[in-house]
This record gives sequence, structure tokens and C-alpha cells, in this order.
Amino acid sequence: MTETPAFPSTRPGRCPFDPATGYAELRETDGLAKVSTPAGVDAFLISRYDDVRAVLADRRMSSQSAPSGHMEPQLDRQREVESGSILQNDGAQHTRLRRLLTSEFTVKRVQALRPRIVELIEDHLDAMLASDGPVDLIEAFALPIPSLVICELLGVPYAERDEFQRRSAILVAVDVDQETADQAFEELGEYVAGLVLAKQAKREDDLLSRLITRSEEQDEPLTVEELVSIAVVLLIAGHETTANMIGLSTLALLRDPDQLDALRNNPELAPSAVEEMLRYLSVIQFGLFRQVQEDIPLGDETIKAGEYLIAALAVGNRDERMFPDPDRIDLSRKASKHLAFGFGPHQCLGQQLARVELQEVFSRLYRRIPTLRLAVPFEEIKFKNNTIVYGVTALPVTWDR
Amino acid sequence: MMDVTIDQEGCVAAGQCVLAAPDVFDQRDEDGVAVLLQNPSADQYDATREAALLCPARAIQLSE
Repeated sequence: MTETPAFPSTRPGRCPFDPATGYAELRETDGLAKVSTPAGVDAFLISRYDDVRAVLADRRMSSQSAPSGHMEPQLDRQREVESGSILQNDGAQHTRLRRLLTSEFTVKRVQALRPRIVELIEDHLDAMLASDGPVDLIEAFALPIPSLVICELLGVPYAERDEFQRRSAILVAVDVDQETADQAFEELGEYVAGLVLAKQAKREDDLLSRLITRSEEQDEPLTVEELVSIAVVLLIAGHETTANMIGLSTLALLRDPDQLDALRNNPELAPSAVEEMLRYLSVIQFGLFRQVQEDIPLGDETIKAGEYLIAALAVGNRDERMFPDPDRIDLSRKASKHLAFGFGPHQCLGQQLARVELQEVFSRLYRRIPTLRLAVPFEEIKFKNNTIVYGVTALPVTWDR
Repeated sequence: MMDVTIDQEGCVAAGQCVLAAPDVFDQRDEDGVAVLLQNPSADQYDATREAALLCPARAIQLSE
């Protein structure tokens, strides 16, 4: 009997934008590949495009472990799922929570936020252009834009970002010790609980206030714990993912000048460019962890009830059966069927918001700063290999003045 | 003639159908659930098929 190979998590040094080494072989093996995970359980690795979609759409999959639970060395598989966890609940409870939020993220609602998003982007570009010397694009632009957008939407004071930015970063890391993670979770929870209590007492024109009112009108008022759980997820998801996409996309495009020129000269390319960069980068880098609740046939084999699987989004997005020449960036590619937002009932709730933010960044940043370039050698850029959301820790850039 | 059915119970309000075929689909203001604006005309068939393929809840059924 051969040993179960480890879950691939080390990216190739020559191209830090490609999925971890070892995936391609596992994807092309006959039948299902099984891997051992940092959480101490074995899981089937689902990495072909069609299979990833099929398993994520299957309602017999449970999300009760965290989306990247397979990367948690201290994963407690018996821990009860919080009733307010939109990520970890299944079935009717998940539907109830999601439906309380979906009105906030419709295509129409998000379109209405576009002018404000444009204003924030332009203001930050003005400030960058007025500064001397190289700037860290993450700190000056990539992180503030999505942070401000989600704060204004939720009703969280951006001025208090020290309360949540650092703690969010700890919570998306997979290599911090349990004590540090628990402390960050507790502190962030306390901070958000304070906001929730204030909004319960006095409703404002923001998502959290509307959420409280909406759940009361449906005669199923959310508890403070549930509200905190929801707010924390929206806050973290709202700024970590998009911020990392802005930073990483910019770096990848600076490495691919022909594509960057095409985008700079044709801002109408921005919508397809966003889908292509979502596909190419797949920042939810470790994929999604699911437990099978009933025996499920997949190909010639059966995944048995109780077993785990990992839907490898990043690898499915590089499946050449779906995307020809998948390792190449092609901003005019029709990539909208990518898996970067997941698939199935848990597909990213905030995807329309992410799209609009990225579209406006893509059509503005590279035009307003046409000579944008790295201020350090590429080899010095540090990548986040140990966080649920992939990205760069800093992106020093400069331009002709 | 293409006939479109939406499983509104199953809909997860991701908005993919509205992006793919904005003249055929819309979302309810109160909960984002997909609604059919009209059965597609022939020039909207491709966009409608795209919407059905993109739907993460597989809640759009087409009969042609």
C-alpha cells in the first residue's frame, strides 16, 4: 500500500501565480486522488473543472467545517456550528441567513454603489500621485478601497480600522497558534458586538441596522451572537479578498506588459479582465473543504458518507479542458465560468461588489499611473503562502513624475 | 421557442443570471431571488443558456 500524498500547498518558485506543485499530476491521475491534510484527516482532492462544479452544487455536501478547515492543524471536528455562521451552516438554516442578506448584494444594489466606489478610487489615486517616492500599493490603495467600501456598507467606522484590520489578518492565517487566533477572534467579536448593540438601540442607514430590522419583521430576530457572527464574516470577506486581488493582479499584470498595455488602452476590457484575473489568481488558495453526508458516486468510484473532500478552485480554474492555454493571462478570454467565487449554494455573496470594485480599479489605476512599476526587484516581493486568501504582503511601486 | 423556469426556492441570489442575460432575468428587491422578465427572444437564447450554465444553484431550467 502506498502512502497518501500530502495536500499540495507549496507553490513553484519560478511562478508564484501558479497553483502549488503536485496538483497537475493529481488532477490527471485516473480516478479520485486522496491526500492527507494539515487538519489530520484524509480528503479526496477534486480538481477537474467539471467535478469541482458538480461537488459544490451537490446539496448532499456539508459545509460544517470552515471553508479552509483542512488547513487548520487544531481543527475540532466535533465543535458545534454557530447558528449565525453563514459559511458553515447547511440547508434551511443557511438559506435563512443568506436570504436575510441577499437584498444587499443584488446586481442593482451594487450598481448603485458604483459612483461612491469610483470616488474613493479617484481620491486615493490623487493622494498617491501627490506623494513623493515609492509607495506600498497595498497600504496606499489596495487595502483602503475595499475596507472603506465594506465599512460604509456595514456601518462600521473606518476610523476604527485598527480594531479589525490586524485581527482579520490573524484570522485568515493558517499558521498562527491557537491561542493567538482565539484571542483575535474574541477581541474582534467584542468590538463588533459593541457595534451591534448600538445599532439595536438606534438604527442607522446601514446594512447591519437593516439586517436587524429585517429579521425582526420576519418574526425571527437574530440574536446578538448571530449578528456578530454574520458581521465578522462580511467584514473579513469584504476587505481581505478584494484587497489581495487588487495587489496580486497588479503584480501579475506588471509582469505581463502586453496584457497590461491592452487593458490600459481599452478600459472597456475591464469586465472581462476582472473575470480572467479572478480565474488566473483564484485567491481562495486552498480551495473549499466539504464533508459528504451520503454515499456519492463520482466517476467510477464512490465517496462514502462521512468522508471529506477538497474542491480545489485554483486547479479547476487551470483545467485546459475548460480554459485553453490555462496558465496564460488572456484578458479578452471569456472566463466568467471560473470557480474563483466557488459554486453551489455558498457561492460568494459579495461577488457583485467585488466585481464592481475590481472593474473600477482596473479601468483607472493603470491609466492614471501609466508608468506604474515595481520599486524593488520582483524576487523581493513576499507572498502570503500561509493565509486562506493569497496575496502579497506589500507591493512597493513607483512611477515617472 | 425557449421556455425558462426558475426554481425560486433553490435560487441563492448570486446574480449571475442578471449579469449574463439582463433583459431576461432580474432580482427581487426584497431578497435578490431571480425573476423572469420575459421568455427570451431568439437573439437572447445564447445569453439565456449562459445564465443557466452560470447559475450556482442550478435553479434555471430551459426547455427548447
